[in-house]
Amino acid sequence: MSDKKTDQGALQQENTGLNRDMKRRTVLKAMAGLPVLGLFGVGLLNKRDYDLSKKSSIIKDLGLDSLELPKSDYGQKKSQGELIRVGFIGFGTRGRQLSNALGFMHPDDVKTRQQKNTLNSWLEQEYLDVAITGICDVFDNHAENGLATAGNYTRPGGETAPKLPVKRYRTYQEMLADKEIDAVIIATPDHHHARIATDAAKAGKHIYCEKSAALHEAELNELYETVKNSPVVFQLGHQIPQSVVFQQAKEIVKKNILGKITLIETTSNRNSANGAWVRHLDAKGNLKPGDETVIDWKQWLGAAPEVPFSVERFYNWTKWFDYDSGMIGQLFTHEFDAVNQLLRVGIPKSVVSSGGVYYWKDGREMPDSLHCVFEYPEKELTLMYSGNLASSRSRGRVFMGHDASMELGNNVIIHADSGSTRYREQIKSGAIDTGSPLLTYNPASQQIDAVSSASEKYYASRGLTTTTLNGRAVDVTHLHLREWLNCIRNGGTTSANIDMAFEEGITCIMAHRSYVEKRRMEWDEVNRRIV
Amino acid sequence: MKNNYTRWQLTFLVALRFLIGWHLLYEGVAKLLNPQWSSVGFLKESQWILSGFADWVVTNPNILSTVDFLNTWGLIAIGLGLILGMFFRVAAVSGFVLLVVYYLNCPPLVGIEYSLPADGNNLIVNKTLIEAFALAVLALFPTGSILGLDALLGRFTIKKEEK
Repeated sequence: MSDKKTDQGALQQENTGLNRDMKRRTVLKAMAGLPVLGLFGVGLLNKRDYDLSKKSSIIKDLGLDSLELPKSDYGQKKSQGELIRVGFIGFGTRGRQLSNALGFMHPDDVKTRQQKNTLNSWLEQEYLDVAITGICDVFDNHAENGLATAGNYTRPGGETAPKLPVKRYRTYQEMLADKEIDAVIIATPDHHHARIATDAAKAGKHIYCEKSAALHEAELNELYETVKNSPVVFQLGHQIPQSVVFQQAKEIVKKNILGKITLIETTSNRNSANGAWVRHLDAKGNLKPGDETVIDWKQWLGAAPEVPFSVERFYNWTKWFDYDSGMIGQLFTHEFDAVNQLLRVGIPKSVVSSGGVYYWKDGREMPDSLHCVFEYPEKELTLMYSGNLASSRSRGRVFMGHDASMELGNNVIIHADSGSTRYREQIKSGAIDTGSPLLTYNPASQQIDAVSSASEKYYASRGLTTTTLNGRAVDVTHLHLREWLNCIRNGGTTSANIDMAFEEGITCIMAHRSYVEKRRMEWDEVNRRIV
Repeated sequence: MKNNYTRWQLTFLVALRFLIGWHLLYEGVAKLLNPQWSSVGFLKESQWILSGFADWVVTNPNILSTVDFLNTWGLIAIGLGLILGMFFRVAAVSGFVLLVVYYLNCPPLVGIEYSLPADGNNLIVNKTLIEAFALAVLALFPTGSILGLDALLGRFTIKKEEK
């Protein structure tokens, strides 16, 4: 209001005979903001030129301007091909997770997801044209869970899926003998893996086998020979390389951004009873169900030494040498696979392991603090593993090169090294700051970011749980199973094929034996055996 | 408009106007030029009385993109309005409201902790709140019709009225 009044006053002044000069002065005054805007424009152009030149020079220098990410065909609606009939051998916790990744869910889990509002995102998962037609588990409760899961049509592609009967098999041999099964997913305790997988290959069934592939050298050799000489498609259960971030890291290593890599450090840290394989109690502290009336204990033991039935052994098998190799088999396997997929290091020349049971003193054999050093003199690098079950401090997975180091987790963060030869000039001129990431890769944007802002740097250090494909969050285990099924239908090699499984198996057996036998283990390349 | 300000009052009122205008304009332009920018990062930090609103925005992709669009162009429009002295009052008051909304999403209150690092050390009062109140003061001591395009706009409307 007051503006109007004063404006009217100004108008009156003008009307009462003010000359053109006054009018011009008013116009000039009205334009007072224009020079400021001009300055702003100049500043903005300078800033933009600077940012673009900095970004493009670093990206160009590193050869990343021509970087091509593999395009994913994920999310297609059309049929994948012929229906594959899958049998589950072992339907415990991991079996249940794998069934979700395959596109099946237990009715109870559907309800939980509905309550949490996460059911729809799972229903959007690609339908893989598979049916679970067989369940084999020595524990009745688990087998019944499997049957309920396989028969639940609330799932991706549920309306169009053929309604096939689901059969329970008492032994895995029965399932392997059945012509109605095309492929098997092995999710039993580890001491069964090699034997079941070998028999499956002999029976001509395609195999998705959880890690570890084998606990002993002899059974690993037999598995390797059998799968190698059979037409079946083998995939070991490692999902890390399915992440888009991992593909990116592969490109970065290929472009030699890191320089000569001489040290790789891998770690795992957990700090909970469940993480330390104390799993025989439920949330309320009561003993979980299971006794010899519902568990076929003899079959559960398999080739392992006979011991009286024990609920603890049944649920917490990872704690005993007869059934597992602990952190090596459960956690380091993933680390090794990540390193081997990136650098194809293969079997080490020697391994030394050391550790002990320092925290979980519950009568276990398996160490809860374990550290292994793997030497690759021909590749001129050392791979280290350090695991601990009584501290959850995250230590990451780091590839150390002369010019830069790469931390690879759910994202890629690269720091230039202050002693780098390659980046010496850029570090000197200030174009590269060794105190902040040289490159980060944000899987959500599928773009390399060379000049990251403070908040972007911050988010890069945080983890993500799934990978992002074509703008959607996707379960990596689902992608791993999908790759396996695609290879069954169309041929090709799975990423965790039998050669990778063999290298990993030998490496893990060496590490475990080094801890148990308290000596340095070596690989005899000529005779292909551990000495 | 009759100028009742002293020379020094006018100088600093206009300077403050230019400075805040410059800041908001660049905030808007920077967001426009960064295709990866989204208000998600900021809204996810929201913890006080507006956290429910922030949640609602973040979980609805359409609303989020609308908020991003309005925020970017709102900042640019307010920045231009302040610098050019065009629709000055509307610009200053909108700027005040927008900045208060920013403040209320992430106020530096005792007991509320944010994972993003803060700019300086703040207790209840931060720079966003100060900038908001500076805009309120500018709205009450307008200069758009003295040194700004409002001088011409006012003229046209009044001339029209006379006809």
